[in-house]
Amino acid sequence: MTAIAPEERLIAAIAALILDPSTPAARHVAVGASSPIPAAACWLVKKSGHEVRLSLLDRPRGNPFTEGARELFDLAGQGRIDLFFLGGGQIDGQANLNLVGTGAWPGAGVRFPGSFGSAFMYFAVPRTILFREEHSRRVLVERVDIVSAPGVSPPGVWRRGTAQALVTGKCVFRFDARRARFALASVHPGETEKSVRMATGFDFDGEAGAPVTPDPDAAALALMRGPVCDEMIETYPGFCRRVWGRAASAERAS
Amino acid sequence: MTPIALAALAALVPDGALLALPPDNSLSPCEFARALVRRGARGLTLLGVPVSGYATDLLIGAGCVASVQTSAVTLGEAGLAPRFSAAVARGAVAVTDATCPAIHTALQAAEKGVPFMPLRGVLGSDLLAHRADWKVIDNPFAGGGDPILLVGALSPDVAAFHAVCADAHGNVYVGRRRELATIAHASRRVLVTVERLVDGNLLNDERLAPGTINGVYVEAVAIAPRGAWPVGLLDEYAYDAAHVAEYARLARSEDGFHQYLERYVLHGGAEAAA
Repeated sequence: MTAIAPEERLIAAIAALILDPSTPAARHVAVGASSPIPAAACWLVKKSGHEVRLSLLDRPRGNPFTEGARELFDLAGQGRIDLFFLGGGQIDGQANLNLVGTGAWPGAGVRFPGSFGSAFMYFAVPRTILFREEHSRRVLVERVDIVSAPGVSPPGVWRRGTAQALVTGKCVFRFDARRARFALASVHPGETEKSVRMATGFDFDGEAGAPVTPDPDAAALALMRGPVCDEMIETYPGFCRRVWGRAASAERAS
Repeated sequence: MTPIALAALAALVPDGALLALPPDNSLSPCEFARALVRRGARGLTLLGVPVSGYATDLLIGAGCVASVQTSAVTLGEAGLAPRFSAAVARGAVAVTDATCPAIHTALQAAEKGVPFMPLRGVLGSDLLAHRADWKVIDNPFAGGGDPILLVGALSPDVAAFHAVCADAHGNVYVGRRRELATIAHASRRVLVTVERLVDGNLLNDERLAPGTINGVYVEAVAIAPRGAWPVGLLDEYAYDAAHVAEYARLARSEDGFHQYLERYVLHGGAEAAA
């Protein structure tokens, strides 16, 4: 078996968070645009035999939505989606997300793509797993320059949930919504509490000796490299080629 | 309805129009966008429903666009939209930022003919401070203390998308991409490119009718084979990731973008317009 790819560790870490028994069960998980690692984590959960409904917005064939993205947001508004994934160009210590840009509005420094559905989904879905592969002080900041979607809301503002956790290329943080604060849950191999703190612009709870994020076991790796990749190849050909060395099948004839 | 030439379809979009476009995964009219570049459209406001991709970046790079209202501009796996990013940095294009469900809600209000609709969430987002057409009220159906966002109705001047086929009645088939019906209902004018014409009436087929947009909404149709390329079209053809990656690479610079236009846009369209 070849070495575990960093992406495979992240997929396994997110899959573990989806299945976390201390959280309300995720019976229906949705994945938005451009999210290969969260999508792979969902497939890993499903291919491991867990009962979960997956709705992947970008799936070209067999797309679950018959009214496109509009239906995704309507489902979330109705409370029919239990878990969603969000990222951000900047994420701060209160789990505020910035997908607009750095500097003054609307991104006078670096312009990011835009807020997507974050300003709605973060409120409407009970559990959000935040994911950002780059773990640096330019991404994980003390305070975001622009708030696309707030991590917590004052009492009286309608909201079903917020961040469950933040997964990066270096570690897993848990989010405590009552205190609006992250705590270090595990560090990936090669990292320490100190190395994470050096690369993080916000303060967080956590001490030396944080547990190491477990490696995916042989069964999980076999699933990722086989049936998970099979499900992903059409939507994320570049990712599947890069991580699993798998080429997409020839374009279907028109 | 007799199809018109693609160039004639592009000529129906006046300079300065508010033009609604679907994203890359939902029947984006890419050949139509290339025809707009060839016709030298200017001053357009593009509405991404609810996000924007290749067609928007191409139109921005070609100088057709004054402003964009969208929830994001992205080329998916190929990364950031380079001409959008460059234009924002230069201040050449004004951006009105939204969040996806707010755009759907604004169009749903327009299709119902009501002035606004409420939407949950968004409170506490900086988006709100930059949207004069979004207002927060206290939910009049609750006992008080339940703030909720109202989004103003939005009727695009023109909507354009690329459907699989059209019949002689102007009905167009969009398959499961029925969110396009909302765009069509809300917009004042709808222009559609299609792969081909079909005989008969799509609405007479019980299996095709649910994926068909009634011709009552459609002003004109042009035939554009592979008109969604380089993005995919339902089960007709797949997304051409290699081409979008080539676009993203070339469009990183102004020079590269003009090479792209020369190679793929400015001299094309003859076959589609015939």
